[in-house]
Amino acid sequence: MTLQTEPFVVNIGPQHPSTHGVFRLRLTLDGERIVDADMVMGYLHRSMEKLAEERTYTQNIPFTDRTDYIAAMTGNLAYVMAVEKLCGIEVPDRALWLRTMMAELQRFASHCIAIGIFANDCGAWQTPVMHMFRDREKILDLFEMACGARLTLNYMRIGGVSRDIPPEFIPAVRKLLKDLPKRVDEYEDLLLSNEIIVARSRGVGALTPEQAIAHSVSGPMLRASGVAWDVRTADPYAAYGKVDFDIAVGTNGDVYDRFVVRLAEMRQSLRIVEQCVEMMPAGPVHAAFAGASVQPIGNPVGPLAIRPPEGEAYARIESPRGELGFYIVSDGSPAPFRFHIRSPSFINLTPLKLMSVGGTVADAIVILGSVDIVVGEVDR
Amino acid sequence: MTEWYDFRDIGNAVGALLDQIRDWGAPDWVPYVAATLIGIVGILLWAVLSVLAFIWIERRVVGLMQNRIGPNRVGPQGLLQPVADAIKLLLKEAITTTNADRYMFWLGPILVFIPTIVVFAPIPFGEEMVLADLNVGVLFLIAIASINTLAVFIAGWSSNNKYALLGAMRTIAMLISYEIIQVLALLGVVLFVGSMRLGDIIGWQLDHDVWLIVLQPVAVLCYIIAGAVEMNRSPMDIAEAESEIVAGYHTEYGGIKFGFFYQAEYLAGFAITAVVVTLYLGGYTLFGLEQWVPGWLIFLGKLYGFFFTYIWFRGTLPRLRIDQLMAFAWKFLLPISILNVLLVGSEVLLWKEAGLESQLAIPLFAVINGAFAVAVVVGWATALGHSAPRHTAHRAILTQEVGAIFYGEAAPRP
Repeated sequence: MTLQTEPFVVNIGPQHPSTHGVFRLRLTLDGERIVDADMVMGYLHRSMEKLAEERTYTQNIPFTDRTDYIAAMTGNLAYVMAVEKLCGIEVPDRALWLRTMMAELQRFASHCIAIGIFANDCGAWQTPVMHMFRDREKILDLFEMACGARLTLNYMRIGGVSRDIPPEFIPAVRKLLKDLPKRVDEYEDLLLSNEIIVARSRGVGALTPEQAIAHSVSGPMLRASGVAWDVRTADPYAAYGKVDFDIAVGTNGDVYDRFVVRLAEMRQSLRIVEQCVEMMPAGPVHAAFAGASVQPIGNPVGPLAIRPPEGEAYARIESPRGELGFYIVSDGSPAPFRFHIRSPSFINLTPLKLMSVGGTVADAIVILGSVDIVVGEVDR
Repeated sequence: MTEWYDFRDIGNAVGALLDQIRDWGAPDWVPYVAATLIGIVGILLWAVLSVLAFIWIERRVVGLMQNRIGPNRVGPQGLLQPVADAIKLLLKEAITTTNADRYMFWLGPILVFIPTIVVFAPIPFGEEMVLADLNVGVLFLIAIASINTLAVFIAGWSSNNKYALLGAMRTIAMLISYEIIQVLALLGVVLFVGSMRLGDIIGWQLDHDVWLIVLQPVAVLCYIIAGAVEMNRSPMDIAEAESEIVAGYHTEYGGIKFGFFYQAEYLAGFAITAVVVTLYLGGYTLFGLEQWVPGWLIFLGKLYGFFFTYIWFRGTLPRLRIDQLMAFAWKFLLPISILNVLLVGSEVLLWKEAGLESQLAIPLFAVINGAFAVAVVVGWATALGHSAPRHTAHRAILTQEVGAIFYGEAAPRP
């Protein structure tokens, strides 16, 4: 006797513990096997790109905090770099080094979440994520010291950074640099060789290098597939040209390799921060800014309004999630004419169907976790 | 004859009370009914209080493991938190979703709750403290525990929710597979002791001055793992995998109906640990200490101590996938438990039939079975390709060649 069966559709999200926000995944299932996966986006669409066209270039910086709210520093950085490119502003050395250091601290903090949530999706309910949050908190404390905010930092300014770091900042970073490598060791011990984590993630959601490139995947996902591509070395910005670090590359492109690459990148981030601490030059943290229509008062916090020349600019950086780019078209007014974000979360999601069809529901969750999306950035 | 106030065994006090009732000239059925009622009320009270206590303990302990504090606001150290939670659950509106099968929807939580209480009937909390001294106690445990499967399926099916259905499907597959392993694990004990009465099993361990865990290491291992499956505990909490299918079969339940599921989960845990303690860890005995310390305290101490292990599991381990868990049952646990039954059977045959009855027999069997446990676990794991823990974990390649492509063995070359 054959039973008549038919596939059925399950909505993972928009309200679901594992979709990292309000992302919706429509799975067509044959029992536990996925026969089709469909993404529905837009639940967190806040119209950032359109709103930005109504505000001045400086007013737009806080928006970039709120696209990728897990890594606000890198969002800030990519945006101000695009505007600087548009205006041709020379950023002082110290500001470049500060930006590098902050971006790397942010990468560490963001990867803490990525790995913790990945373990959470594997079913280690809350334990790894809480331990990872412990370290992230310490980095957020540093950010608080530097700019007063912890999550939406608004630290970068067009032409530099909002303010110099306080004198107690560098000692605090040095202390952290002593602690954190031990923590990373601990995570490697606990998670990297955990039999269940390996069983859950090895060979799951694998992308070949060709597939990854074809879907224009970037960041740890691309590197896990074996492509040694990192904007920090391929197209150095800020002070990355002057620091020494390696690109962490996986070989299999599966969920496990993404996690391995992220762990290795955390170590590399610490290495970069260490060099930043050693090589931090003295000097101003903000460009002298003659072209501004309103000059800053008191502490140099950047111009309140600028009128860049007509033209367009695209600046890209390696955010913790991949290549984050800002494309800005100026018509000479104080507000951008067109403001576009190339968000890595969104583009890294494109091969989701390719990765999850044929797997089980549990696989789909782990794969989605390994992409490390921030829905604020997917929907913008 | 012990005095009624001898609280080393609460059975003494109850016995005295029943004698008093008989002295009053009540008909025969009155003490019988009274004894049963006292037993039921006692077990219910104990069960509810233990669950409340363990909700608090679990939350605090897991909180510590997770580098946070846990509930500490309601009452001293948050001790009243479970009480507050219970009151909240009781006062909540009992929502039945529109398309749910109303009667089945109600039946689910009731059917899941009752067996978890009933299962304590044949378990001896102390020498005289057993509600129903069944001569088929082990069989009763297995039979009652398997009602759980039906209840979960009713709950999952009737709520008309896809997560619930998925959870129920997973549960059926899992529980049926692991029940076989549970039965095989218990079979070893029954073969050795030659009785299904739980009191006899404890008595046998007392007589031979050995806990059955020493003689049956493989069976204990299998039973603990199968128990974790039955009580839906991490790493086998697949039926209600929170990160995948929200809450599994009880996604649609709220209020006290959810409370029943929650409580049943803990009680199932207590039942599993009670069986382990009774069958493998000597029950209410502890190397003669039961002369001075009440047996029921020893029993509860062992039970809570063992339950703590499951909390520990939950705090540390990730979850397996359903196919991996099923493969683990059928490919790993089933063969080794069958081998264990074969070994135990031959030992019993040698011992009882061939008259190898000597002082040396038990230590000899313990050594043989211990060696067998190590050999069979390691050997079978190697055969399945899990020879060593993967400490030589895969590391990322570090490079400075921008744009280079590294192919692994698994990735197909173009």
